Amino acid sequence: MLLELKDVAVHYGGVKALDGVSLGLDSGEIVALMGPNGAGKSTVLKAIFGLAPLDSGRVFWRQEPIDVLPHQVVSLGIAFVPQGRRVFTQLTIEENLEMGCLYLRDKAEKRRRMDEVMELFPILHEKRKDSARAMSGGEQQMLAVGRGLMAKPTALLLDEPTLGLAPKIVTEMFEKIAEINATRDTAIFVVEHNIRSVLDIAARVYVLDKGRIVHDGTPASIRETDVLTQVFLGRME
Amino acid sequence: MIEKLKAVSPWRRFTAQPGNVGAALRKNSQFLITLAVIALAATFMLSQGSGFAVRVIQLSAIFAILAVSLNLVIGYTGLLSLAHVGFFGIGAYSVAVLTTHPAYEQVPGHIRYFDWPFFAALPVGMLVAGVVALFVGGVLSRFRDDIFVLVTFGLAVIAHRVFLFWLPVTRGAFGIHAIEKPSIFGFVFDGKTEFMLLTLGFLALVVFVSWLVVSSSFGRVLMAIREDEGAIEVFGYKARNYKLTIWVISAMMAAVAGGLSASEQTYIDPQSFVLLESIFLVCIVILGGLASLVGSLLGALVFVLLMEGMRFIDFIPDALVGQGRLAILGILIVLLMVFRPQGLVGRYKL
Repeated sequence: MLLELKDVAVHYGGVKALDGVSLGLDSGEIVALMGPNGAGKSTVLKAIFGLAPLDSGRVFWRQEPIDVLPHQVVSLGIAFVPQGRRVFTQLTIEENLEMGCLYLRDKAEKRRRMDEVMELFPILHEKRKDSARAMSGGEQQMLAVGRGLMAKPTALLLDEPTLGLAPKIVTEMFEKIAEINATRDTAIFVVEHNIRSVLDIAARVYVLDKGRIVHDGTPASIRETDVLTQVFLGRME
Repeated sequence: MIEKLKAVSPWRRFTAQPGNVGAALRKNSQFLITLAVIALAATFMLSQGSGFAVRVIQLSAIFAILAVSLNLVIGYTGLLSLAHVGFFGIGAYSVAVLTTHPAYEQVPGHIRYFDWPFFAALPVGMLVAGVVALFVGGVLSRFRDDIFVLVTFGLAVIAHRVFLFWLPVTRGAFGIHAIEKPSIFGFVFDGKTEFMLLTLGFLALVVFVSWLVVSSSFGRVLMAIREDEGAIEVFGYKARNYKLTIWVISAMMAAVAGGLSASEQTYIDPQSFVLLESIFLVCIVILGGLASLVGSLLGALVFVLLMEGMRFIDFIPDALVGQGRLAILGILIVLLMVFRPQGLVGRYKL
Protein backbone atom coordinates (compact mmCIF):
# COMPACT_ATOMS: atom_id res chain seq x y z
CA MET A 1 0.00 0.00 0.00
CA LEU A 2 1.11 3.51 -0.88
CA LEU A 3 -0.94 5.26 1.77
CA GLU A 4 -2.51 3.45 4.63
CA LEU A 5 -4.52 4.29 7.72
CA LYS A 6 -4.33 1.63 10.42
CA ASP A 7 -6.96 1.59 13.13
CA VAL A 8 -7.17 5.38 13.34
CA ALA A 9 -9.36 6.96 16.01
CA VAL A 10 -10.00 10.69 16.36
CA HIS A 11 -12.33 12.58 18.60
CA TYR A 12 -13.26 16.23 18.81
CA GLY A 13 -14.20 17.08 22.37
CA GLY A 14 -16.56 14.33 23.45
CA VAL A 15 -17.58 13.43 19.91
CA LYS A 16 -15.99 10.46 18.19
CA ALA A 17 -15.19 11.41 14.60
CA LEU A 18 -13.27 8.30 13.60
CA ASP A 19 -13.51 5.02 15.43
CA GLY A 20 -10.87 2.53 14.36
CA VAL A 21 -10.71 3.33 10.65
CA SER A 22 -8.37 1.30 8.47
CA LEU A 23 -8.12 1.97 4.78
CA GLY A 24 -5.53 2.06 2.04
CA LEU A 25 -4.62 3.52 -1.32
CA ASP A 26 -2.41 1.58 -3.72
CA SER A 27 -0.20 3.30 -6.22
CA GLY A 28 -1.97 4.22 -9.42
CA GLU A 29 -5.51 3.43 -8.33
CA ILE A 30 -8.59 5.55 -7.73
CA VAL A 31 -10.22 4.96 -4.38
CA ALA A 32 -13.43 6.63 -3.34
CA LEU A 33 -14.60 7.37 0.17
CA MET A 34 -18.32 7.86 0.59
CA GLY A 35 -20.65 8.43 3.44
CA PRO A 36 -23.33 10.79 4.72
CA ASN A 37 -22.65 14.16 6.29
CA GLY A 38 -20.83 13.88 9.55
CA ALA A 39 -19.53 10.39 8.83
CA GLY A 40 -15.93 11.56 9.26
CA LYS A 41 -14.79 11.75 5.63
CA SER A 42 -13.00 15.05 5.97
CA THR A 43 -11.44 13.89 9.21
CA VAL A 44 -9.82 11.01 7.33
CA LEU A 45 -8.07 13.52 5.07
CA LYS A 46 -7.16 15.72 8.02
CA ALA A 47 -5.69 12.70 9.79
CA ILE A 48 -3.45 11.99 6.80
CA PHE A 49 -2.14 15.54 6.94
CA GLY A 50 -1.69 15.46 10.69
CA LEU A 51 -4.29 18.18 11.08
CA ALA A 52 -6.50 16.05 13.32
CA PRO A 53 -5.08 14.71 16.60
CA LEU A 54 -4.98 10.91 16.52
CA ASP A 55 -6.14 9.10 19.67
CA SER A 56 -4.78 5.83 18.40
CA GLY A 57 -3.60 4.21 15.20
CA ARG A 58 -1.16 5.56 12.67
CA VAL A 59 -0.95 6.77 9.10
CA PHE A 60 1.62 5.08 6.88
CA TRP A 61 3.21 6.32 3.66
CA ARG A 62 5.11 3.65 1.74
CA GLN A 63 5.03 1.45 4.87
CA GLU A 64 6.64 4.18 6.98
CA PRO A 65 4.64 6.05 9.61
CA ILE A 66 4.18 9.73 8.72
CA ASP A 67 5.86 11.70 11.45
CA VAL A 68 6.40 15.07 9.83
CA LEU A 69 4.61 18.35 10.49
CA PRO A 70 1.45 19.05 8.48
CA HIS A 71 3.19 21.50 6.14
CA GLN A 72 5.85 18.92 5.27
CA VAL A 73 3.43 16.23 4.15
CA VAL A 74 3.26 17.66 0.63
CA SER A 75 6.98 17.09 0.19
CA LEU A 76 6.38 13.35 0.64
CA GLY A 77 4.37 13.39 -2.58
CA ILE A 78 0.86 13.83 -1.23
CA ALA A 79 -1.16 16.74 -2.58
CA PHE A 80 -4.45 17.91 -1.17
CA VAL A 81 -7.30 19.68 -2.94
CA PRO A 82 -9.42 21.06 -0.14
CA GLN A 83 -13.18 21.16 -0.01
CA GLY A 84 -14.80 24.33 -1.31
CA ARG A 85 -11.89 24.95 -3.74
CA ARG A 86 -10.22 27.61 -1.59
CA VAL A 87 -8.32 29.18 -4.46
CA PHE A 88 -6.63 32.51 -3.76
CA THR A 89 -9.03 34.90 -5.45
CA GLN A 90 -6.69 37.86 -5.24
CA LEU A 91 -3.87 36.13 -7.08
CA THR A 92 -3.81 35.37 -10.79
CA ILE A 93 -4.26 31.87 -12.08
CA GLU A 94 -0.56 31.48 -12.78
CA GLU A 95 0.27 32.68 -9.29
CA ASN A 96 -2.27 30.28 -7.84
CA LEU A 97 -0.64 27.40 -9.65
CA GLU A 98 2.76 28.52 -8.44
CA MET A 99 1.58 28.24 -4.85
CA GLY A 100 1.27 24.52 -5.40
CA CYS A 101 4.99 23.86 -5.87
CA LEU A 102 6.85 25.60 -3.08
CA TYR A 103 9.74 23.17 -2.98
CA LEU A 104 10.57 23.63 -6.62
CA ARG A 105 13.49 25.98 -7.28
CA ASP A 106 13.96 24.90 -10.91
CA LYS A 107 12.15 27.49 -13.03
CA ALA A 108 12.15 25.43 -16.23
CA GLU A 109 10.58 22.51 -14.40
CA LYS A 110 7.99 24.84 -12.89
CA ARG A 111 7.15 26.13 -16.37
CA ARG A 112 6.91 22.56 -17.68
CA ARG A 113 4.53 21.50 -14.94
CA MET A 114 2.43 24.59 -15.46
CA ASP A 115 2.18 23.82 -19.18
CA GLU A 116 1.13 20.26 -18.38
CA VAL A 117 -1.59 21.45 -16.06
CA MET A 118 -2.77 24.01 -18.59
CA GLU A 119 -2.86 21.37 -21.26
CA LEU A 120 -5.08 19.28 -19.02
CA PHE A 121 -7.31 22.26 -18.24
CA PRO A 122 -7.17 24.55 -21.29
CA ILE A 123 -9.38 27.13 -19.60
CA LEU A 124 -6.54 27.85 -17.15
CA HIS A 125 -4.28 28.74 -20.05
CA GLU A 126 -6.89 30.96 -21.59
CA LYS A 127 -7.32 32.98 -18.40
CA ARG A 128 -3.83 32.60 -16.98
CA LYS A 129 -3.29 36.32 -16.32
CA ASP A 130 -6.75 36.88 -14.82
CA SER A 131 -7.42 36.92 -11.13
CA ALA A 132 -9.03 33.76 -9.85
CA ARG A 133 -11.94 35.83 -8.59
CA ALA A 134 -13.18 36.21 -12.17
CA MET A 135 -13.64 32.46 -12.62
CA SER A 136 -16.78 30.40 -12.36
CA GLY A 137 -17.13 27.71 -9.70
CA GLY A 138 -16.22 24.94 -12.11
CA GLU A 139 -13.15 26.80 -13.35
CA GLN A 140 -12.07 27.47 -9.80
CA GLN A 141 -12.38 23.78 -9.04
CA MET A 142 -10.17 22.99 -12.02
CA LEU A 143 -7.69 25.55 -10.77
CA ALA A 144 -7.74 23.92 -7.34
CA VAL A 145 -7.05 20.50 -8.84
CA GLY A 146 -4.36 21.98 -11.11
CA ARG A 147 -2.74 23.65 -8.12
CA GLY A 148 -2.61 20.28 -6.39
CA LEU A 149 -1.01 18.69 -9.46
CA MET A 150 1.76 21.30 -9.52
CA ALA A 151 3.44 19.39 -6.69
CA LYS A 152 3.60 16.39 -9.07
CA PRO A 153 2.14 14.18 -6.38
CA THR A 154 2.24 10.42 -6.19
CA ALA A 155 -1.07 10.58 -4.39
CA LEU A 156 -3.73 13.22 -4.88
CA LEU A 157 -6.39 13.69 -2.23
CA LEU A 158 -9.60 15.31 -3.42
CA ASP A 159 -12.18 16.51 -0.93
CA GLU A 160 -15.58 16.74 -2.63
CA PRO A 161 -14.29 18.00 -5.99
CA THR A 162 -17.75 18.36 -7.52
CA LEU A 163 -19.54 20.05 -4.64
CA GLY A 164 -21.92 22.70 -5.95
CA LEU A 165 -21.04 22.26 -9.63
CA ALA A 166 -23.45 22.01 -12.55
CA PRO A 167 -24.13 18.44 -13.77
CA LYS A 168 -22.29 18.99 -17.02
CA ILE A 169 -19.18 20.22 -15.20
CA VAL A 170 -19.45 17.29 -12.79
CA THR A 171 -19.18 14.86 -15.69
CA GLU A 172 -16.22 16.77 -17.08
CA MET A 173 -14.55 16.82 -13.69
CA PHE A 174 -14.80 13.05 -13.36
CA GLU A 175 -13.40 12.59 -16.84
CA LYS A 176 -10.45 14.76 -15.86
CA ILE A 177 -9.90 12.81 -12.66
CA ALA A 178 -9.84 9.56 -14.63
CA GLU A 179 -7.49 11.17 -17.15
CA ILE A 180 -5.08 12.37 -14.46
CA ASN A 181 -5.04 8.88 -13.02
CA ALA A 182 -4.47 7.21 -16.38
CA THR A 183 -1.92 9.55 -17.95
CA ARG A 184 0.10 10.64 -14.94
CA ASP A 185 -0.10 7.43 -12.96
CA THR A 186 -1.27 9.37 -9.93
CA ALA A 187 -3.05 7.51 -7.17
CA ILE A 188 -6.26 9.36 -6.35
CA PHE A 189 -8.19 9.27 -3.12
CA VAL A 190 -11.48 11.02 -3.58
CA VAL A 191 -14.13 11.92 -1.03
CA GLU A 192 -17.34 12.22 -2.97
CA HIS A 193 -21.06 12.64 -2.61
CA ASN A 194 -21.81 12.05 -6.25
CA ILE A 195 -22.35 8.31 -5.96
CA ARG A 196 -23.13 7.23 -9.48
CA SER A 197 -20.32 9.13 -11.18
CA VAL A 198 -17.67 8.14 -8.68
CA LEU A 199 -18.60 4.46 -8.92
CA ASP A 200 -17.83 4.67 -12.63
CA ILE A 201 -14.21 5.66 -12.18
CA ALA A 202 -13.18 4.19 -8.80
CA ALA A 203 -11.34 0.90 -8.48
CA ARG A 204 -12.37 0.46 -4.87
CA VAL A 205 -14.85 2.14 -2.59
CA TYR A 206 -14.98 2.62 1.16
CA VAL A 207 -18.25 3.53 2.81
CA LEU A 208 -17.92 5.41 6.06
CA ASP A 209 -20.71 5.84 8.57
CA LYS A 210 -20.54 7.34 12.05
CA GLY A 211 -16.76 7.09 12.06
CA ARG A 212 -16.58 3.43 11.05
CA ILE A 213 -15.94 1.72 7.74
CA VAL A 214 -19.16 -0.18 7.04
CA HIS A 215 -18.28 -1.48 3.62
CA ASP A 216 -15.29 -1.77 1.36
CA GLY A 217 -15.05 -3.38 -2.03
CA THR A 218 -15.31 -2.82 -5.75
CA PRO A 219 -18.00 -0.57 -7.21
CA ALA A 220 -19.74 -3.71 -8.43
CA SER A 221 -19.95 -5.10 -4.91
CA ILE A 222 -21.44 -1.83 -3.75
CA ARG A 223 -24.04 -1.88 -6.46
CA GLU A 224 -25.08 -5.40 -5.45
CA THR A 225 -25.76 -4.52 -1.83
CA ASP A 226 -28.06 -1.93 -0.39
CA VAL A 227 -25.37 -0.52 1.88
CA LEU A 228 -25.60 2.94 0.32
CA THR A 229 -29.36 3.08 0.74
CA GLN A 230 -28.94 2.04 4.33
CA VAL A 231 -26.22 4.52 5.08
CA PHE A 232 -27.68 7.50 3.25
CA LEU A 233 -31.36 6.93 3.85
CA GLY A 234 -31.29 5.24 7.24
CA ARG A 235 -31.50 1.59 8.20
CA MET A 236 -34.75 -0.23 7.71
CA GLU A 237 -35.36 -2.29 10.80
CA MET B 1 -26.47 60.59 -43.36
CA ILE B 2 -22.82 59.59 -43.22
CA GLU B 3 -21.81 63.22 -43.42
CA LYS B 4 -24.04 63.95 -40.52
CA LEU B 5 -22.43 61.26 -38.39
CA LYS B 6 -18.96 62.51 -39.21
CA ALA B 7 -19.91 65.99 -38.19
CA VAL B 8 -20.70 64.93 -34.67
CA SER B 9 -18.29 66.70 -32.40
CA PRO B 10 -16.31 64.76 -29.81
CA TRP B 11 -18.19 66.60 -27.14
CA ARG B 12 -21.55 65.44 -28.53
CA ARG B 13 -20.31 61.91 -28.70
CA PHE B 14 -19.27 62.27 -25.09
CA THR B 15 -22.60 63.60 -23.95
CA ALA B 16 -24.59 61.19 -26.10
CA GLN B 17 -23.16 58.27 -24.19
CA PRO B 18 -22.46 59.44 -20.68
CA GLY B 19 -21.77 55.86 -19.72
CA ASN B 20 -18.47 56.00 -21.62
CA VAL B 21 -17.18 58.89 -19.57
CA GLY B 22 -18.14 57.19 -16.37
CA ALA B 23 -16.51 53.95 -17.44
CA ALA B 24 -13.34 55.72 -18.52
CA LEU B 25 -13.18 57.55 -15.22
CA ARG B 26 -13.76 54.41 -13.23
CA LYS B 27 -11.18 52.48 -15.19
CA ASN B 28 -8.47 55.03 -14.50
CA SER B 29 -9.77 56.13 -11.12
CA GLN B 30 -6.65 55.06 -9.24
CA PHE B 31 -4.34 56.96 -11.54
CA LEU B 32 -6.60 60.01 -11.55
CA ILE B 33 -6.85 60.03 -7.77
CA THR B 34 -3.07 59.78 -7.48
CA LEU B 35 -2.67 62.68 -9.86
CA ALA B 36 -5.33 64.76 -8.15
CA VAL B 37 -3.89 64.23 -4.68
CA ILE B 38 -0.38 65.14 -5.77
CA ALA B 39 -1.55 68.20 -7.69
CA LEU B 40 -3.66 69.44 -4.78
CA ALA B 41 -0.85 68.79 -2.32
CA ALA B 42 1.70 70.61 -4.46
CA THR B 43 -0.55 73.62 -5.00
CA PHE B 44 -1.39 73.89 -1.34
CA MET B 45 2.19 73.49 -0.19
CA LEU B 46 3.55 76.04 -2.66
CA SER B 47 0.85 78.52 -1.68
CA GLN B 48 2.05 78.27 1.90
CA GLY B 49 5.70 78.81 1.11
CA SER B 50 8.70 76.57 0.79
CA GLY B 51 9.27 76.23 4.53
CA PHE B 52 5.86 74.70 4.91
CA ALA B 53 6.45 72.41 1.93
CA VAL B 54 9.70 71.11 3.39
CA ARG B 55 8.07 70.49 6.74
CA VAL B 56 5.15 68.63 5.16
CA ILE B 57 7.39 66.52 2.95
CA GLN B 58 9.69 65.70 5.87
CA LEU B 59 6.78 64.64 8.06
CA SER B 60 5.01 62.73 5.34
CA ALA B 61 8.22 60.90 4.44
CA ILE B 62 8.49 59.69 8.05
CA PHE B 63 4.83 58.68 8.08
CA ALA B 64 5.25 57.09 4.65
CA ILE B 65 8.08 54.85 5.90
CA LEU B 66 5.84 53.81 8.79
CA ALA B 67 2.79 53.32 6.57
CA VAL B 68 4.60 51.36 3.88
CA SER B 69 6.15 49.05 6.45
CA LEU B 70 2.85 48.65 8.28
CA ASN B 71 1.09 47.94 5.00
CA LEU B 72 3.35 44.91 4.54
CA VAL B 73 1.84 43.52 7.73
CA ILE B 74 -1.76 44.79 7.53
CA GLY B 75 -2.39 45.05 3.81
CA TYR B 76 -0.37 42.23 2.36
CA THR B 77 -0.42 39.68 5.16
CA GLY B 78 -3.71 40.60 6.78
CA LEU B 79 -2.45 41.06 10.33
CA LEU B 80 -4.05 44.14 11.85
CA SER B 81 -1.34 45.42 14.17
CA LEU B 82 -1.52 48.35 16.56
CA ALA B 83 1.97 47.68 17.91
CA HIS B 84 3.83 49.53 15.16
CA VAL B 85 4.32 52.62 17.28
CA GLY B 86 6.35 50.48 19.69
CA PHE B 87 8.95 49.70 17.02
CA PHE B 88 8.90 53.32 15.90
CA GLY B 89 9.68 54.24 19.50
CA ILE B 90 12.40 51.62 19.85
CA GLY B 91 14.17 53.06 16.82
CA ALA B 92 13.80 56.60 18.11
CA TYR B 93 15.01 55.80 21.62
CA SER B 94 17.91 53.69 20.37
CA VAL B 95 19.20 56.54 18.26
CA ALA B 96 18.51 59.07 21.00
CA VAL B 97 20.25 57.11 23.74
CA LEU B 98 23.21 56.09 21.61
CA THR B 99 23.96 59.49 20.12
CA THR B 100 23.48 61.91 23.02
CA HIS B 101 26.52 63.77 24.13
CA PRO B 102 27.17 64.86 27.74
CA ALA B 103 28.21 68.35 26.64
CA TYR B 104 24.67 69.19 25.57
CA GLU B 105 23.09 67.65 28.63
CA GLN B 106 20.88 69.86 30.75
CA VAL B 107 20.61 67.48 33.71
CA PRO B 108 23.84 65.50 33.54
CA GLY B 109 24.42 62.16 35.14
CA HIS B 110 20.98 60.65 34.70
CA ILE B 111 21.70 58.40 31.78
CA ARG B 112 24.71 56.76 30.23
CA TYR B 113 26.32 58.53 27.31
CA PHE B 114 27.48 56.68 24.25
CA ASP B 115 28.06 59.57 21.88
CA TRP B 116 27.84 57.40 18.78
CA PRO B 117 27.41 58.83 15.31
CA PHE B 118 23.89 58.64 13.90
CA PHE B 119 24.75 56.19 11.15
CA ALA B 120 26.15 53.74 13.69
CA ALA B 121 23.20 54.14 16.04
CA LEU B 122 20.52 53.62 13.39
CA PRO B 123 21.49 50.03 12.47
CA VAL B 124 21.65 49.18 16.17
CA GLY B 125 18.16 50.63 16.57
CA MET B 126 16.94 48.47 13.69
CA LEU B 127 18.59 45.43 15.22
CA VAL B 128 17.01 46.07 18.63
CA ALA B 129 13.61 46.52 17.01
CA GLY B 130 14.13 43.34 14.99
CA VAL B 131 15.07 41.28 18.04
CA VAL B 132 12.14 42.63 20.05
CA ALA B 133 9.84 41.96 17.09
CA LEU B 134 11.09 38.39 16.83
CA PHE B 135 10.42 37.77 20.52
CA VAL B 136 7.05 39.52 20.50
CA GLY B 137 6.09 37.87 17.21
CA GLY B 138 6.68 34.46 18.73
CA VAL B 139 4.05 35.29 21.32
CA LEU B 140 1.73 36.86 18.75
CA SER B 141 1.82 33.85 16.44
CA ARG B 142 -0.40 32.05 18.95
CA PHE B 143 -3.24 34.45 18.22
CA ARG B 144 -5.45 35.23 15.26
CA ASP B 145 -7.96 37.81 14.17
CA ASP B 146 -9.54 39.94 16.87
CA ILE B 147 -7.49 38.46 19.70
CA PHE B 148 -4.37 39.29 17.68
CA VAL B 149 -5.49 42.92 17.44
CA LEU B 150 -6.11 43.07 21.18
CA VAL B 151 -2.68 41.64 21.94
CA THR B 152 -0.96 44.18 19.67
CA PHE B 153 -3.00 46.85 21.43
CA GLY B 154 -1.54 45.61 24.70
CA LEU B 155 1.97 45.68 23.25
CA ALA B 156 1.61 49.31 22.20
CA VAL B 157 0.56 50.22 25.73
CA ILE B 158 3.45 48.24 27.22
CA ALA B 159 5.93 49.98 24.89
CA HIS B 160 4.69 53.39 25.98
CA ARG B 161 4.96 52.42 29.64
CA VAL B 162 8.51 51.17 29.14
CA PHE B 163 9.52 54.45 27.51
CA LEU B 164 7.84 56.32 30.36
CA PHE B 165 9.20 54.39 33.32
CA TRP B 166 12.53 52.88 32.33
CA LEU B 167 14.18 55.97 33.76
CA PRO B 168 17.87 54.94 33.65
CA VAL B 169 17.63 54.53 29.87
CA THR B 170 14.82 56.73 28.61
CA ARG B 171 14.67 59.33 31.36
CA GLY B 172 10.90 58.96 31.37
CA ALA B 173 8.65 61.93 30.88
CA PHE B 174 11.62 64.32 30.88
CA GLY B 175 12.61 62.96 27.50
CA ILE B 176 15.98 63.04 25.79
CA HIS B 177 17.31 66.35 24.47
CA ALA B 178 19.92 67.49 22.01
CA ILE B 179 19.89 64.40 19.85
CA GLU B 180 22.64 64.57 17.29
CA LYS B 181 22.08 65.30 13.60
CA PRO B 182 23.39 62.70 11.20
CA SER B 183 26.76 63.40 9.64
CA ILE B 184 28.75 61.49 7.09
CA PHE B 185 32.32 62.25 5.93
CA GLY B 186 32.16 65.62 7.64
CA PHE B 187 28.86 66.59 6.02
CA VAL B 188 26.20 67.31 8.60
CA PHE B 189 22.51 67.05 7.74
CA ASP B 190 21.56 70.00 9.91
CA GLY B 191 19.40 72.04 7.54
CA LYS B 192 15.72 71.30 7.12
CA THR B 193 16.09 70.69 3.40
CA GLU B 194 19.13 68.44 3.77
CA PHE B 195 17.34 66.38 6.36
CA MET B 196 14.28 66.14 4.16
CA LEU B 197 16.45 64.78 1.36
CA LEU B 198 18.03 62.26 3.72
CA THR B 199 14.58 61.11 4.86
CA LEU B 200 13.39 60.84 1.28
CA GLY B 201 16.46 58.74 0.54
CA PHE B 202 15.59 56.34 3.33
CA LEU B 203 11.97 56.32 2.16
CA ALA B 204 13.09 55.34 -1.32
CA LEU B 205 15.15 52.53 0.17
CA VAL B 206 12.22 51.29 2.26
CA VAL B 207 9.85 51.44 -0.70
CA PHE B 208 12.37 49.60 -2.87
CA VAL B 209 12.84 46.81 -0.32
CA SER B 210 9.07 46.59 0.19
CA TRP B 211 8.56 46.40 -3.55
CA LEU B 212 11.09 43.58 -3.77
CA VAL B 213 9.27 41.77 -0.99
CA VAL B 214 5.76 42.09 -2.38
CA SER B 215 6.64 41.30 -5.97
CA SER B 216 8.55 38.16 -5.06
CA SER B 217 7.06 34.73 -4.55
CA PHE B 218 7.50 35.40 -0.84
CA GLY B 219 5.08 38.31 -1.22
CA ARG B 220 2.55 36.13 -3.00
CA VAL B 221 2.64 33.66 -0.11
CA LEU B 222 1.90 36.57 2.22
CA MET B 223 -1.14 37.50 0.13
CA ALA B 224 -2.25 33.89 0.12
CA ILE B 225 -1.94 33.87 3.91
CA ARG B 226 -4.17 36.93 4.10
CA GLU B 227 -6.76 35.15 2.03
CA ASP B 228 -6.72 31.64 3.45
CA GLU B 229 -4.19 30.72 6.06
CA GLY B 230 -5.63 27.25 6.47
CA ALA B 231 -5.33 26.35 2.80
CA ILE B 232 -1.73 27.47 2.53
CA GLU B 233 -0.43 24.92 5.03
CA VAL B 234 -1.45 21.92 2.97
CA PHE B 235 0.77 23.16 0.16
CA GLY B 236 3.74 22.97 2.44
CA TYR B 237 4.03 26.53 3.65
CA LYS B 238 4.60 27.15 7.33
CA ALA B 239 2.48 30.27 7.61
CA ARG B 240 3.93 31.10 11.02
CA ASN B 241 7.45 31.54 9.65
CA TYR B 242 6.28 33.76 6.83
CA LYS B 243 4.28 35.94 9.19
CA LEU B 244 7.17 36.18 11.59
CA THR B 245 9.61 37.18 8.83
CA ILE B 246 7.48 40.01 7.49
CA TRP B 247 6.71 41.14 11.03
CA VAL B 248 10.42 41.51 11.79
CA ILE B 249 11.17 43.26 8.46
CA SER B 250 8.33 45.68 9.06
CA ALA B 251 9.48 46.42 12.62
CA MET B 252 13.01 47.17 11.42
CA MET B 253 11.67 49.63 8.83
CA ALA B 254 9.61 51.34 11.54
CA ALA B 255 12.79 51.69 13.59
CA VAL B 256 14.41 53.57 10.69
CA ALA B 257 11.53 56.04 10.76
CA GLY B 258 11.95 56.33 14.53
CA GLY B 259 15.65 57.09 14.31
CA LEU B 260 15.15 59.71 11.62
CA SER B 261 12.30 61.30 13.48
CA ALA B 262 14.28 61.52 16.74
CA SER B 263 17.26 63.08 15.03
CA GLU B 264 15.15 65.51 13.06
CA GLN B 265 13.29 66.78 16.10
CA THR B 266 16.42 66.56 18.31
CA TYR B 267 14.11 65.80 21.21
CA ILE B 268 11.87 62.87 22.10
CA ASP B 269 9.62 61.99 24.98
CA PRO B 270 7.17 59.12 25.52
CA GLN B 271 4.20 61.24 24.45
CA SER B 272 5.25 60.81 20.81
CA PHE B 273 4.78 57.07 21.09
CA VAL B 274 1.25 56.63 22.38
CA LEU B 275 -1.34 54.23 21.04
CA LEU B 276 -3.07 57.03 19.11
CA GLU B 277 -0.08 57.18 16.76
CA SER B 278 -0.59 53.52 15.91
CA ILE B 279 -4.24 54.17 15.21
CA PHE B 280 -3.23 57.04 12.93
CA LEU B 281 -0.89 54.70 11.09
CA VAL B 282 -3.61 52.10 10.61
CA CYS B 283 -5.85 54.90 9.31
CA ILE B 284 -3.16 56.03 6.85
CA VAL B 285 -2.75 52.48 5.56
CA ILE B 286 -6.49 51.99 5.09
CA LEU B 287 -6.98 55.53 3.77
CA GLY B 288 -4.30 55.01 1.15
CA GLY B 289 -5.32 51.50 0.26
CA LEU B 290 -4.51 48.08 1.62
CA ALA B 291 -1.81 46.16 -0.19
CA SER B 292 -0.78 49.18 -2.22
CA LEU B 293 2.62 50.80 -1.72
CA VAL B 294 1.61 53.89 -3.71
CA GLY B 295 -1.49 54.05 -1.55
CA SER B 296 0.57 54.24 1.62
CA LEU B 297 2.69 57.04 0.18
CA LEU B 298 -0.44 58.98 -0.80
CA GLY B 299 -2.13 58.20 2.48
CA ALA B 300 0.79 59.60 4.44
CA LEU B 301 0.86 62.75 2.31
CA VAL B 302 -2.88 63.33 2.65
CA PHE B 303 -2.78 62.68 6.38
CA VAL B 304 0.07 65.06 7.06
CA LEU B 305 -1.45 67.72 4.82
CA LEU B 306 -4.74 67.48 6.66
CA MET B 307 -3.05 67.61 10.07
CA GLU B 308 -0.75 70.49 9.17
CA GLY B 309 -3.11 72.28 6.81
CA MET B 310 -5.88 72.51 9.34
CA ARG B 311 -3.76 74.89 11.37
CA PHE B 312 -4.71 77.49 8.80
CA ILE B 313 -8.44 77.10 9.12
CA ASP B 314 -9.68 80.39 10.53
CA PHE B 315 -13.07 79.56 11.88
CA ILE B 316 -11.78 77.20 14.58
CA PRO B 317 -10.85 79.13 17.74
CA ASP B 318 -7.16 78.86 18.53
CA ALA B 319 -7.76 76.98 21.73
CA LEU B 320 -9.64 74.27 19.87
CA VAL B 321 -7.40 73.86 16.85
CA GLY B 322 -5.51 70.91 18.31
CA GLN B 323 -8.65 69.01 19.25
CA GLY B 324 -10.71 70.30 16.36
CA ARG B 325 -8.47 68.94 13.67
CA LEU B 326 -8.56 65.48 15.17
CA ALA B 327 -12.34 65.61 15.11
CA ILE B 328 -12.38 66.78 11.50
CA LEU B 329 -9.87 64.10 10.60
CA GLY B 330 -12.11 61.52 12.20
CA ILE B 331 -15.12 62.72 10.21
CA LEU B 332 -13.12 62.68 6.99
CA ILE B 333 -11.99 59.11 7.62
CA VAL B 334 -15.56 58.02 8.30
CA LEU B 335 -16.72 59.66 5.07
CA LEU B 336 -13.93 58.08 3.08
CA MET B 337 -14.74 54.64 4.45
CA VAL B 338 -18.40 55.10 3.55
CA PHE B 339 -17.77 56.21 -0.02
CA ARG B 340 -14.50 54.50 -0.84
CA PRO B 341 -13.94 51.55 1.50
CA GLN B 342 -10.97 50.29 -0.51
CA GLY B 343 -9.03 53.49 0.21
CA LEU B 344 -7.69 56.03 -2.26
CA VAL B 345 -5.94 53.62 -4.60
CA GLY B 346 -6.39 50.24 -2.92
CA ARG B 347 -8.14 47.21 -4.30
CA TYR B 348 -9.15 45.36 -1.17
CA LYS B 349 -11.24 45.95 1.86
CA LEU B 350 -10.08 44.89 5.29
